[in-house]
Amino acid sequence: MLNSSLQQLGSALRARKISSVELTQLYLDRITALNPALNAYVTTNTETSLAQSRAADVLLASGNAKPLTGIPIAQKDIFCAKGWRTTCGSKMLANFVAPYDAHVIEQFNNAGAVNLGKTNMDEFAMGSSNETSYFGVVKNPWDQNAVPGGSSGGAACAVAARLCAAATGTDTGGSIRQPAALCGISGIKPTYGTVSRYGMIAFASSLDQAGPMARSAEDLALLLNVMTGFDPRDSTSLQRDKEDYVRDLNKPLVGLRIGLPKEFFAVGLAQDVAGCVNAAIAEYKKLGATIVDISLPNSKLAVPVYYVLAPAEASSNLSRYDGVRYGYRAPEYSDLTEMYEKSRAQGFGEEVKRRIMIGTYVLSHGYYDAYYLQAQKIRRLIAQDFADAFKQCDVIMGPTSPSTAFNLGEKCDDPVQMYLSDIYTIAVNLAGLPGMSIPAGFGSNARPVGLQIIGNYFAEAQMLNVAYQYQQATDSHNRAPQNIGL
Amino acid sequence: MEWEIVIGLEVHTQLSTNSKIFSGASTTYGAEPNTQADAVSIALPGVLPVLNKGAVERAIKFGLAVGAHIAPRSVFARKNYFYPDLPKGYQISQFDLPVVGQGALTIQVEPLSGSGKPTSTSSGQAYEKVVRITRAHLEEDAGKSIHGITHIVTEDGNRITTENGDYLITEDSFPRENVSGIDLNRAGTPLLEIVSEPDMRSAVEAVAYAKTLHSLVRWIGICDGNMQEGSFRCDANVSVRRPGEPLGTRREIKNLNSFKFMQQAIDYEVQWQIDTLENGGKIHQATVLFDSDKCETRMMRSKEEAHDYRYFPDPDLLPLDITPAMLEQVRATLPESQQAKQMRYVKLGISGEDANILTASREMAEFFDATLASLLKKGVGTLITPETPSAEIYAARLSNWLIGEVSAQLNRDGLDMAQCPITPQQLGGILKRIADGTISNAGAKEVFRTTWVEQRNFDVQFTDVSAAFSVERVDAIIEAKGLKQVSDSGAIEKIVDEIIAANPAQVADYRSGKDKVFGFFVGLAMKASKGKANPAQLNDVLKKKLAG
Repeated sequence: MLNSSLQQLGSALRARKISSVELTQLYLDRITALNPALNAYVTTNTETSLAQSRAADVLLASGNAKPLTGIPIAQKDIFCAKGWRTTCGSKMLANFVAPYDAHVIEQFNNAGAVNLGKTNMDEFAMGSSNETSYFGVVKNPWDQNAVPGGSSGGAACAVAARLCAAATGTDTGGSIRQPAALCGISGIKPTYGTVSRYGMIAFASSLDQAGPMARSAEDLALLLNVMTGFDPRDSTSLQRDKEDYVRDLNKPLVGLRIGLPKEFFAVGLAQDVAGCVNAAIAEYKKLGATIVDISLPNSKLAVPVYYVLAPAEASSNLSRYDGVRYGYRAPEYSDLTEMYEKSRAQGFGEEVKRRIMIGTYVLSHGYYDAYYLQAQKIRRLIAQDFADAFKQCDVIMGPTSPSTAFNLGEKCDDPVQMYLSDIYTIAVNLAGLPGMSIPAGFGSNARPVGLQIIGNYFAEAQMLNVAYQYQQATDSHNRAPQNIGL
Repeated sequence: MEWEIVIGLEVHTQLSTNSKIFSGASTTYGAEPNTQADAVSIALPGVLPVLNKGAVERAIKFGLAVGAHIAPRSVFARKNYFYPDLPKGYQISQFDLPVVGQGALTIQVEPLSGSGKPTSTSSGQAYEKVVRITRAHLEEDAGKSIHGITHIVTEDGNRITTENGDYLITEDSFPRENVSGIDLNRAGTPLLEIVSEPDMRSAVEAVAYAKTLHSLVRWIGICDGNMQEGSFRCDANVSVRRPGEPLGTRREIKNLNSFKFMQQAIDYEVQWQIDTLENGGKIHQATVLFDSDKCETRMMRSKEEAHDYRYFPDPDLLPLDITPAMLEQVRATLPESQQAKQMRYVKLGISGEDANILTASREMAEFFDATLASLLKKGVGTLITPETPSAEIYAARLSNWLIGEVSAQLNRDGLDMAQCPITPQQLGGILKRIADGTISNAGAKEVFRTTWVEQRNFDVQFTDVSAAFSVERVDAIIEAKGLKQVSDSGAIEKIVDEIIAANPAQVADYRSGKDKVFGFFVGLAMKASKGKANPAQLNDVLKKKLAG
């Protein structure tokens, strides 16, 4: 049951081979057993989850079930869910109970899915190792000395350790793809504007995008069917017809043109990762794909551009956490200014404060043109690079992350090294393109390697097809970590 | 040596939308604190702004009314600063790409009576002036801080009730005395900030500009203009210089919420700046507040203390694109301008002074237009011109009635034109009945008063609302009150014959040339007809019969 696909789980539920309550309880028991060590979940709410599963069972019995009805899903703790503590991994919101549902939560509720709990994450989604969470580090289930990646580290860990059927994540600079790669699962960040940001706590509004994390491309397609769609409450939500992301899974890949950017295979890429990625490319050739060498000349600027724009937006987005209306307020202060200073100094962690400072600096009078405006210009160049590349190829492939999961604490003292772990994913967010990561074998330390697939705007169905065909021909996505009680 | 005064105004007009600029929360004034603060107003985590189209339409309307360029693409920007009544920690505003560009407003400057202040106009003559408008941009209002309140210990879930109403969640313990509360009802109310060029040269000109703007925004229906409720707030940038020299350093007087205070504040500020300079001092750029009790301006913050607002485009909102089609749609909803209406009324034979009174409010002018259209059997909304037959005859009478009887009655009942109980069709009916001789002027006044009272209580008297508002009701009142004039020549002749027979002496006087006696006969005849004799007809018959 724990290794079943969502399709199989749905069939079993609809055939009444298992009830949603039983399935939910199975996962809740696993969480009780394994979460103390892995720390993938920040909050569970047994009663609420079981109530949802009971309601799902009624639907299943009535024959009105939808594909995901009764299936337990882990929600990243960045999505507001009514009645659930929603912390965003921060002390600032450690006691914040959301009074409303995010669009993503609503969509899953409407689909009859069960909210299994809220997953751990880097504070305000700022981090690549899940080590900035106020609620402690998450362990990589493949090797508990390793980080799970971030910021959706809890989600990736929960999926890999079979602590949920599937999970949601968000990706601002790689936060779905990088932890998916490091934990050996599949994850997709759709085109910017495809999934509504309503109720998703903002980090960098022009880059943030929600997406699903699961064990296969097939599962991702089903999840994406639920998550996407126009939402008038988000002005950046795109008005497009609803798509069926499952529709193209079985298309053959003969004639597929895969672009390999030379910049993604240059200095800085670990050899074992390069080996796995090349093996995956070879597999694609066997499936009928052709290879095109391409260049993304401005991609080397993606990390610095990102670390101007994302902190700029974050510095403003996080201003609302001021201790006035909700959230953390310092216990002692003598006046208004001190209330602000102490509440924010005590309520935010180091990485968040670092980015608020960077963002405030680059927006300041006298620096705005040199940093913010300049970064916006380069952002357009980066998007143009991709537009040029997609004239020559259908999808772009490369590594998701330059190395396999690094050890806990290894990069904590070197923010720049930490930032570089997203070197291949960030440009995709800057361009607003869809990107995904799927498992592609294991590195020399037996830790998972991720293959990144980048598509053109709205090419999610095609990317899922490309990923699915690979997963039909290979089995690394079916491998499970040891010591997770299977 | 002479000083030249230079003033520019920034006016915040609250746009008259039902909901806030970026959320569906109500904008009604005066509700219990925080009862109109939805998730967006409170800036809960994860909420997003969605632009209110009504606010955009009102901004466009203003731009068109002042002949301004409407930007085909404008951008919302975040203005970042911390203040407890600014829930997001930034205000969504427009910065380098505002929706309304350069325009102009023509103002009439009246001389100030009996003031020797240096700011008053020197010539003492009324004159016209064009004030350039730099820009107008959309933005959201902040909430309100209320200081010195006591939080009481009653807790209800996450909300805390205080003696001043319902306040928000905090983690502090209660009770606490003399603390500040925050009311976010106003947070997110749509504002149009209208910025002028520094074109005003006296407090009188500044007030004239503000008044003209105030009248315009009400006229085009984008702002209720209620200054007590803060719907129209002015900041004045004031500086002085020697004529011909570059602009002096300005100080900004914040939050002037009455024309009287604006006049006083600028007068004080100008004198203070002149005194400072003449005593060898320097003016430093600053923001000041006007203390209306002491009638002086007071330092609020210096330039050094000014915020760095770190403006940048709001990534939660797309650029605001205004298509030519949208522009035309809004243009079609613009009312005839105040000036155009005045000119048209004058062409209909109404005096300039009366035309001014009729166009003092759009309600009055529209009532005039609707009544005239109904009198001349033209469709609702038709603007009557002198080319329409009989237009001038009716226009003059109608103007007299509106300025006289109707205004007086409104005053007596403490109503404004928008609340006028009588309909244009009814007033038209009364005027028609005067014109066709059915009723006399005196009779008309009685019909008017009866209709007025009935209309004020119509829901009590009539089950059928349409009957209450109809012209037929005017005729019914004439009938019921017996106000119909006697126009039957036989009946009038009979009355006249009887009077002549009964007063031979006066008849003799008249025939010997004492014309004044004529009035005596009219009075008697009117009395005999109980006031219902048609005066014109009575005159004719009397003259004929007295002549013998």
